[in-house]
Amino acid sequence: MAYPVPGTREPFLATRRQDGWWVVPLAMAATFLVFVVYATWAAFQPREFSHFGPYISPFYSPDLTKWIPGFTWSPALLILWIPAGFRLTCYYGRKAYYRSVTFSPPACAVGKGDRDYKGERALPWVLNNLHRYFLYLVTVLVIFHWFHFFDAFKFDDGFGMGLGTLVVAADTIFLTLYVFGCHSLRHLVGGRIDCYSCAASGLVRHKAWKGVSVLNDRHNLYFWCSLVTVGFGDVYVRMCAMGVWNDVRFF
Amino acid sequence: MSRTVKMKVYRGEQNVGQFHEYDVSIDDGMVVLDVIHRIQATEAPDLACRWNCKAGKCGSCSAEVNGKPSLMCMTRMDTLPQDKIITVEPLKAFPHVRDLVTDVSWNYTVNKKIRPFKPRPKAADGTHRMYQYEVDRVQEFRKCIECYLCQNVCHALRNHGKHEEFAGPRFLARLASLEMHPLDSDDRIPFIKEGGGVGFCNITKCCTEVCPEHIHITDNAIIPLKERVADRYYDPIQMLFRVLTGNK
Repeated sequence: MAYPVPGTREPFLATRRQDGWWVVPLAMAATFLVFVVYATWAAFQPREFSHFGPYISPFYSPDLTKWIPGFTWSPALLILWIPAGFRLTCYYGRKAYYRSVTFSPPACAVGKGDRDYKGERALPWVLNNLHRYFLYLVTVLVIFHWFHFFDAFKFDDGFGMGLGTLVVAADTIFLTLYVFGCHSLRHLVGGRIDCYSCAASGLVRHKAWKGVSVLNDRHNLYFWCSLVTVGFGDVYVRMCAMGVWNDVRFF
Repeated sequence: MSRTVKMKVYRGEQNVGQFHEYDVSIDDGMVVLDVIHRIQATEAPDLACRWNCKAGKCGSCSAEVNGKPSLMCMTRMDTLPQDKIITVEPLKAFPHVRDLVTDVSWNYTVNKKIRPFKPRPKAADGTHRMYQYEVDRVQEFRKCIECYLCQNVCHALRNHGKHEEFAGPRFLARLASLEMHPLDSDDRIPFIKEGGGVGFCNITKCCTEVCPEHIHITDNAIIPLKERVADRYYDPIQMLFRVLTGNK
């Protein structure tokens, strides 16, 4: 038996690992599939079901169609590319889909099959280097999410709180934790500095870097929590607007 | 309490060999390296295996245990499924020498390509002053024991043999420790992009998963380097700004 020489293309999924290495990539792939199918469907739905009471679906925020006369399609089409681009270029998101969707590799020490590999040095993956630009755009969306969070307390009969308020809150909080733990943000606020004691505002920037690092440590957790809560935010508002579910009003 | 386990150990030279099966009596608290030593003592005195400290600090006994790159001295037998045959084989990303031994000298060649620490000129008071909070993040990389498990598990090296173009996670971590050092004045970004081939890393974090020193190689070394490379080569606004201001 010849032992593999370095760089041998191991057959696809070949491994001597005995643990359940396939469980996590499979769960990730299933979650991505459900989310992408649902979000694509939702993006093409009419706007009637995009809000209910004081709640607005996160897929439709902000409504840019107000500034584009004659645009009759769903406002979601003008917005969703931003968070989609942010997640696609996200350093954690890349790990998740390289493993679960492109199988490059499917798991550590598991065969990839016979294929060429250029990594992130060639199209399309080299475009992931533009992650910071999606960060700038998605930060604006986070601000709108916070406006909608406060709006979710303003019912027709005055200040109140319902189950939808909690749904909107979960979406807003997890999105904030996810975006402000971004690796690019960590670099921009202070990670790029070598000598903090020599740089202007070095101590402040070091503290900012430390703060983002705390969130960055749980970036994977917030990635998934945010993905689920933003998707459920749309489901909840849509179901209430369609009359399928009734919003529970606490006070 | 002693019990018997079945072990399959790869035996052979220069990539030609096969798995040999051994029934080994093991005791509580043993690690895989203990079992390999017991096989040497009882059944196969010519079984080749590299080891030194048996404490997870020398990085010599790297191998693949049940397909997972691990230090044999830090893999307890009671963490492995006892009802199945346990396989032990050499690292796959490096040329095979004999049995469990591989030739890791390629790593030393890569290391030599990295330009060493170049301190900035001393301050007016004749000192090289820096603060602990500034070097905290580079000290993490000094924990590396050079076991090369990260190099072995990296699919760019293991599956695609990019040894000529890619330095691998261990040396990207070393480059990060130099680039982020508050006193260093050298510019290694062009080397990190081309010679080091940081773009071959697609951040699937296998290096971080196998690191016995729990160094956050991907998050704290490779991604910050990718961001610095993006600053220099992929950020159109920064590139335009540099052209307009004449800055490097």
